[in-house]
Amino acid sequence: MSGHDHDHHHGHDHGHDHGHDHGHDHGPFQPDIEDRPLTHYQAMTEAVADLLVAKGIVTPAELRKMLEIIDSKSPAAGSKMVARAWTDPGFKQRMLEDVIAAAAELDIDAGGIPIKAIENTEGVHNVVVCTLCSCYPRLLIGLPPDWYKARAYRSRVIREPRAVLKEFGTEIPDDVELRVHDSTADLRYLIIPARPKGTEGWSAEKLEALVTRDTMIGVAVPQP
Amino acid sequence: MSAEAATNARFRPGDAVRVRRAYPPGHVRAPFFCRGKQGVVEELVGAFANPEELAYGRDGRPSLPLYRVVFRQAELWDGYDGPARDTAVIDVYENWLEAVR
Repeated sequence: MSGHDHDHHHGHDHGHDHGHDHGHDHGPFQPDIEDRPLTHYQAMTEAVADLLVAKGIVTPAELRKMLEIIDSKSPAAGSKMVARAWTDPGFKQRMLEDVIAAAAELDIDAGGIPIKAIENTEGVHNVVVCTLCSCYPRLLIGLPPDWYKARAYRSRVIREPRAVLKEFGTEIPDDVELRVHDSTADLRYLIIPARPKGTEGWSAEKLEALVTRDTMIGVAVPQP
Repeated sequence: MSAEAATNARFRPGDAVRVRRAYPPGHVRAPFFCRGKQGVVEELVGAFANPEELAYGRDGRPSLPLYRVVFRQAELWDGYDGPARDTAVIDVYENWLEAVR
């Protein structure tokens, strides 16, 4: 037995030899979530949540339900709006002018934070980043992917956007302007990708399936 | 956008502006890489509570006009590797902008 120093105060005999050192790396086992120390803000968040419950301001069930709602957001609402914009020029115009009002037409709650819709055209391809943090239109396209929040994406897509898009499998021709939108303030951005050729006469459902999360961030284009 | 925000805004779409070359400590909302860089106002978004005040628990008043400012990528980055037509649009609050004459 390799000298680990568990302190067995509970006084029974384990009756076996552990045979390995608990201080070492367990190799192939994936660590549990708790195996990493809490960050400052995780600890603060947990403390505030505990206080809100202790003081009777929210119940654990209400907290759980709110998390469930947040986690249930998906890109479906955004896909529906873009597919509608592709088939209804009047709707597209209203969406470009006011995303929240256009969403309400489709019974979609886009929240209270201003959102700007930007249209990809033959001459301009748009991509979104928040270099200072990770601003993202969650109510319309769900929770941001980890890469969107990563320092690598945030620092690189603003200064070498063509290289980053290429890594995503998206090549923008040199005669098209690549425009990066840095969403660092009170606006959120939603890209309206260009409707692919050959999709004339498609149903709304079929069009919506082309409008994925990444096409609304601008790192991809719809693939029919 | 409120009529008040439109009236009180210093800049209009098409105006040439420069982001202040300032490096104050604390919570600031103008990305480092655009400080001292010149761009053109694309759009006046409206007036918003000052986030650099909100960050310290104050009320953010008076609110600040927010602009979408378009920059040539070649202006932002030395040796930008891409066509000259490439641009970046950055959301910048008015306290960070100065007129280019």
